Amino acid sequence: MSLQVVTANRLEDGLVVFLTSDGGWSENINDARIAEDKEAANALLAEASAPELDIVIVGPYLIDVEQQGTDLVPTKYREVLRTKGPSVREDLGYQAV
Amino acid sequence: MYRYDDFDRQLVLERTEQFREQVKRRLAGDITEEQFRPLRLMNGVYLQLHAYMLRVAVPYGTLRADQLRQLGMIARVYDKGYGHFTTRQNIQYNWPKLDEIPDALLDLAKVEMHAIQTSGNCIRNTTTDQYAGAAADEIEDPRPYCELIRQWSTFHPEFTYLPRKFKIAVTGSPNDRAAVKVHDIGLRMHQNEAGETGFEVLVGGGLGRTPFVGKTIRDFIGKNDLFSYLEAILRVYNRFGRRDNKYKARIKILVHEEGIDKIRELVEEEWSQIKDGSLRVDDAEIAHYIEQFAPPAFEALSDDDADFERHKAENRRFANWVRSNVIEHKQPGYAIANVSLKPIGGIPGDATDTQMELVADLSEKYSFGDVRVTHEQNLVLPHVKKADLFAVWSELDKADLGTANLGYVTDIISCPGLDYCALATARSIPLSQRISERFGDLDRQHDIGELKIKISGCINACGHHHVGHIGILGLDKRGKEFYQITLGGDASQDASIGKIAGAGFSEAEVVDAIESLVTKYIDIRDGGERFIDTYRRVGMDPFKEVLYGDR
Ligand code: HEM
Ligand code: SF4
Repeated sequence: MSLQVVTANRLEDGLVVFLTSDGGWSENINDARIAEDKEAANALLAEASAPELDIVIVGPYLIDVEQQGTDLVPTKYREVLRTKGPSVREDLGYQAV
Repeated sequence: MYRYDDFDRQLVLERTEQFREQVKRRLAGDITEEQFRPLRLMNGVYLQLHAYMLRVAVPYGTLRADQLRQLGMIARVYDKGYGHFTTRQNIQYNWPKLDEIPDALLDLAKVEMHAIQTSGNCIRNTTTDQYAGAAADEIEDPRPYCELIRQWSTFHPEFTYLPRKFKIAVTGSPNDRAAVKVHDIGLRMHQNEAGETGFEVLVGGGLGRTPFVGKTIRDFIGKNDLFSYLEAILRVYNRFGRRDNKYKARIKILVHEEGIDKIRELVEEEWSQIKDGSLRVDDAEIAHYIEQFAPPAFEALSDDDADFERHKAENRRFANWVRSNVIEHKQPGYAIANVSLKPIGGIPGDATDTQMELVADLSEKYSFGDVRVTHEQNLVLPHVKKADLFAVWSELDKADLGTANLGYVTDIISCPGLDYCALATARSIPLSQRISERFGDLDRQHDIGELKIKISGCINACGHHHVGHIGILGLDKRGKEFYQITLGGDASQDASIGKIAGAGFSEAEVVDAIESLVTKYIDIRDGGERFIDTYRRVGMDPFKEVLYGDR
């Protein structure tokens, strides 16, 4: 199985965030906690779906990622766009920071 | 131009305050996302890939200068300095923060704008000809009827939970610039044998995963009877439209499954019950609405302006802009000026805060404060004196708004696609940019002539690809973007749904594929033929051959 992390949109501003090792949410995918097998992935998603997080994030789900050097990179193009921002506006989104 | 009455104003303010409370409760955890989602959608707030998206209604595509200026301000204050004009003649903001959206809505309300009925299974914003009230070929300004439809449909208690969304478009001209045949209801104004003005009513058109050209349910309905007749259609749809399957819930499926004759029978039966009731609108009331859209105070001018002719002769770029972007006006000495939001290699339909403010200023100075949004994602200054066109163009040109490409191959419709949209299967904007660059040379565009390319990032077809002369649909094939080409679509009075040419193309191949189609067209066209005319004459095969050869 591919490595997985949990992503969601932050309630307040809708921005893309990732579940981190300390149970927080980071804008940087490299901070994400990685699940290496199915069981860990399920646990990760269960944690992210806790009702009390409904006021922090919206719509958590698992995505497949690959370790590329020091970076985590989603395998699906859609998720790559989410981690960066619109490809047609490289001055915006996380890629701009 | 139509102004809100106190009732409208009150309604919008109440709605805004209501939403402010709802946002507050959501952020405090008093309501869940599941409870909140339908509430935010009712106020035009979507959650997209990167952020929230706010869709603001531009009723029948008409804006006043102060409204457009405010849209620019909102882009700057609540967004990242730009907005996206859409095929629904609306504007979308891509980056608003949830807790700031109520303030944005309040700022909109100050200029009598809102996001109501831009989402959900209600009667959506009515769209129409962007040249309404200005076009030389129109029978009558369609907007008074659009406004009556807006009032009839807004918060209509019976039609707030339809089986699915419902879109109505109206044209007042025989040359349909509002794509009325691909809407749930299309209204085409015309005159009957007695010389009365009324509408042909088409029903069951639509795009999305099952595209249809609308069918005529009634050749002629008089103005006074229009609203009761619309009500009858909506009632039949509300009663018989399928609620079991979201993909079969549009009225087009009902019309397709039951047949237009059956639907006509049901509608006529319903209509006979209500036609003499409160929805019959008398002449005096219609006259009242027509007055709201009375023509501005045009000056009596000669249709020829010496300075205008001189500027054309002296400035080739201006002459080119006039050639494509300036359209005949009904009033002598005036013209319709199209503001292209399709700079070569740019993002179709995007406008910055300052561009919006500039167009607002120009409209105030030169076009009676009137601006239009087109379903082809451009803006229009509808009433410019010919003598002022050069000044207008010079200002537009400085702001990268003077591109001379209306109706040409680079005037591409593109939905936001995977760069923004959560439903997308592929990107559409970058493809439109590459096509635009490939064909950017203006002489070449002149040679090609009218060619409508329309791109959607998924089967929902927000980018109208089914009715593009060349349509492009972005799909996902095992994690990679690929693009399916359709040919022969048309959104005009000769509407047709494009046919799929064959297997899709990779992102790397697709621009070459489009170019080979264009080259073929140039090779085989007869004099005066547009791409669509040649396609209709020769059919799919010659084009298929250049795309696939022996493949
Ligand atoms: C938040 C982003 C959007 C979402 C979630 C969305 C969703 C959809 C869906 C689900 C459909 C298919 C409806 C059906 O077949 O029943 C659709 C159709 C359509 N949308 Fe969008 N859309 C979005 C953005 C846009 C934009 C940006 C435009 C204008 C450029 C647009 C204009 C249209 C049009 C013209 C259609 C096809 C006409 C029809 O059959 O209703 N939408 N959209
Ligand atoms: S066609 Fe698909 S990708 Fe494009 S805006 Fe509509 S839903 Fe999004």
